[in-house]
Amino acid sequence: MSPKNTPDKLVYMANQIGKAFALKPRAQAVADITDHFKKFWEKRMLVQIFAYLEAGGQGLDELPKQSLQNLQKITQY
Amino acid sequence: MGLIQEIDYGTKASNATKLVTLLIDGETITVPEGTSVMRAATELGTQIPKLCATDMLDSFGSCRLCLVEIEGRAGTPASCTTPVAEGMVVHTQNAKLAKLRRGVMELYISDHPLDCLTCSANSNCELQDMAGAVGLREVRYGYDGANHLDAVKDVSNPYFQFDPAKCIVCSRCVRACEEVQGTFALTIDGSGFASKVSPGIDEDFFSSECVSCGACVQACPTATLMEKSVIEMGQPEHSAVTTCAYCGVGCTFKVEMRGEEVVRMVPYKNGKANHGHSCVKGRFAWGYATHRDRITKPMIRAKITDPWREVSWEEAIAYTASEFKRIQAQHGKDSIGGITSSRCTNEETYLVQKLVRAGFGNNNVDTCARVCHSPTGYGLSKTFGTSAGTQDFDSVDEADSILVIGANPTDGHPVFASRMKRRLREGAKLIVIDPRRTDLVHSPHVNADYHLALKPGTNVAIVNALSHVIISEGLADEDFIRDQCDWNEYTEWAEFILRPHNSPEAVEKLSGVPAQTIRGAARLYATARNGAIYYGLGVTEHSQGTSTVLAIANLAMLTGNIGRKGVGVNPLRGQNNVQGSCDMGSFPHEFPGYRHVSNETVREIYEQDWGVSLSAEPGLRIPNMLDAAMDGSFLGLYIQGEDIAQSDPDTQHIVGGLSAMECVVVQDLFLNETANYAHVFLPGCSFLEKDGTFTNAERRIQRIRKVMSPKNGYGDWEITQMLAQAMGMNMHYNHPSEIMDEIARTTHSFGGVSYDLLERMGSVQWPCNELAPEGTPIMHIGAFVRGQGQFVIADYVPTDEKTGPRFPLLLTTGRILSQYNVGAQTRRTENAQWHAEDLLEIHPHDAEVRGVKDGDWVKLASRAGETSLRAKLTDRVAPGVVYTTFHHPITQANVITTEYSDWATNCPEYKVTAVQVSLSNGPSEWQTSYMAHSAESRRIGAIAAE
Repeated sequence: MSPKNTPDKLVYMANQIGKAFALKPRAQAVADITDHFKKFWEKRMLVQIFAYLEAGGQGLDELPKQSLQNLQKITQY
Repeated sequence: MGLIQEIDYGTKASNATKLVTLLIDGETITVPEGTSVMRAATELGTQIPKLCATDMLDSFGSCRLCLVEIEGRAGTPASCTTPVAEGMVVHTQNAKLAKLRRGVMELYISDHPLDCLTCSANSNCELQDMAGAVGLREVRYGYDGANHLDAVKDVSNPYFQFDPAKCIVCSRCVRACEEVQGTFALTIDGSGFASKVSPGIDEDFFSSECVSCGACVQACPTATLMEKSVIEMGQPEHSAVTTCAYCGVGCTFKVEMRGEEVVRMVPYKNGKANHGHSCVKGRFAWGYATHRDRITKPMIRAKITDPWREVSWEEAIAYTASEFKRIQAQHGKDSIGGITSSRCTNEETYLVQKLVRAGFGNNNVDTCARVCHSPTGYGLSKTFGTSAGTQDFDSVDEADSILVIGANPTDGHPVFASRMKRRLREGAKLIVIDPRRTDLVHSPHVNADYHLALKPGTNVAIVNALSHVIISEGLADEDFIRDQCDWNEYTEWAEFILRPHNSPEAVEKLSGVPAQTIRGAARLYATARNGAIYYGLGVTEHSQGTSTVLAIANLAMLTGNIGRKGVGVNPLRGQNNVQGSCDMGSFPHEFPGYRHVSNETVREIYEQDWGVSLSAEPGLRIPNMLDAAMDGSFLGLYIQGEDIAQSDPDTQHIVGGLSAMECVVVQDLFLNETANYAHVFLPGCSFLEKDGTFTNAERRIQRIRKVMSPKNGYGDWEITQMLAQAMGMNMHYNHPSEIMDEIARTTHSFGGVSYDLLERMGSVQWPCNELAPEGTPIMHIGAFVRGQGQFVIADYVPTDEKTGPRFPLLLTTGRILSQYNVGAQTRRTENAQWHAEDLLEIHPHDAEVRGVKDGDWVKLASRAGETSLRAKLTDRVAPGVVYTTFHHPITQANVITTEYSDWATNCPEYKVTAVQVSLSNGPSEWQTSYMAHSAESRRIGAIAAE
């Protein structure tokens, strides 16, 4: 079932991105996923998913989770 | 300003490089070997009488009017079928030839109505001209013999009539249908005196295989095949060259006028995308521009439940600006945005993104390419370095193996399809990867060598399996890869591709395509001298759309099929200016020229030019805008020429988002479905009413020219400019050419483009700058734009949209020849006669178990919603797959499609939806209530003062 509310949608999208880079070496995959979020996700989407991440980030796959954690450190959101 | 007259050279040009010199009527001329005597004479300015010859067709030699004498040769050969020879001495006019020609004309005229004064072709009739040219003064046979003057007219086609009484059986129409269009709908029935042009067997034109491309009408030298508009209005008196506003082929037309009324659109032979051919949409379906549904006055309303109120332009613009400012003041500058249109010009899309970035102060701009070719942008940029197809359309003439994946060009890009079919008839091989048996798979004189009828959603697996075969069988072009690609990335990617899960045998289980078919197709593509890939929305509109584009690019690099004529990766763009709207910076993360907003150097270019500071952060995409609207943080939207309520997926989500906004502004020709949720309607204008440029699928920038005053008072670019000024921007252009000048000075790939250049060259393909002053027909010659080509691992990830007991069938969607996208234009033309409603194609086996018969109303249900439409039983679709179009708002096909989208770009997964089909009594409750709501939303109240 496709997610209907925003946090679930963002988690779904983040996991999709994670799967697309999953075959790369881990460090490269994390860097590429981070770059993807930075290049294509609008601020309020990042703010929402960072908040979700801080609340435990349930359902986020490991690669996008790590990437978002890295991104959060270098952004001001 | 007069009528543009194109020279008809009688026969096609020769491409030979060897030159031949000959003497015609005492004049010396040098032409390429293979040129006909007729063409050589025409190039000298000598008109040899002709009737069956025209330079769009192969020489035929039947009318016997173009006879000439050649010294040293016996008889009087036909000049159209006689090639030039070195030292040849030709006489085109003498007493003997004149007598022969008059004799031929006498025979023609003895069986032709002498109604020139009342004939629709009067003053534009080749038969009439030839009678004059040969000096016909009498017809010795009289007019009382057997004739065809009582033959019955066929007026069944809505756009042209066939009057056999006027037919001279020159076969130009039949040959045009075969050679130019490739449909083979017409034939010469009977023989001798009984010979007659016939559309099929005992069928009229409308019922026949005829696709109404108009090639036969254009080829006809008499009034036998004539546009009904000419019959009704008379011959045009002036014309201008313009570009079709339908699909991404971008056909060039002469729009022929009487005053400010269009008489007809005739494809322009010098058009470099279409070379004088057309389809039913561009040729005939232009009547929407003056349709009674057209809204020409601005309207506003406080609530979407209110009736519309007509207001002045000043009030509409002031209201919009005030609402946008209010929303930004209350909710922040990121609370509004805009959507550009792929149906509008480059200049107009450029202005909308400029308004958003510089006027709104954010990057919340997106475009309808979001729902079609956004994965192309990402995929080709990543692998090749730029977001564009690699070839020009002419390239197909040298393709030896053509791979068509997820595209149905005979319906979606018909003029290019005709070019492709001609190449296929010449012997090129064809691989079609598509769940449906499209017309390309099997049509007259075209049969696909391989049809990979894959299960929807398995594109990536199939393309990777093709690469698997090519590498494992040693068919890769390693020299090309070592020379032009990153070898280390290649070896890493090749190791991935050779894994067992990418083998044809493994992929057979996923896709349903037999392993041997995959192997055969891979070999055919890889071993061809030139292998070309053409793809469409069947590739991009998936949750793995971007991955398939990457896999396709990998496949082309693997086989060295990049950087020369006959090869390449060619996205077939859906709308007329999809390429252009993307080029012009319509995406929320990119400035014009595909440069990221975070690039400081690029940002400085615009900050200096526009005099404002710009945001370095990406804005919202269309689906994200709607999500943000539901969350209450995005409340104002300026939509130019786009109907997201009908075209975008999961209609109920779209409607929810739009309804949550406080100021939705729609600028369009008609009150479209999105306007049901709008607060401001700004009437737009058609491509006939403004100047500008479109960029087609081959990166070709072409002019559109204003041939009538805007019915609404303003060009769309002027409306955006008024809004920008009301928002406080300093935006003052006097003509779209000034906008193009700004585009050129701020975007390197457009650096050399100007209206002057377009006037001189007709069109130009970007990149066009100091490195390529006349443009770039083929990209990546010798090196990729990004330097080295990049192989990117794109693994198959199954979509989460799964079939199951509740929804056991897979729905895929597409479009049909006679209709165009949401149908706002084509539904308001006679094209509706061919496709009055959307139908659900279902395999007879699937229909039988559900008790569904052809023509029955059926309910089509998915997890997202349900609708009803009529069923069409056909084995074009495989068992387990159903298909429909989305041209009619009553169908609301996107009520069914889900929110699943591409991982990289959010391009919706239109092509895979799990559904169930069951018998129904008629339109669903949703449809009935939607149509009632739609009617309610379109009410226009009394004038404000009343």
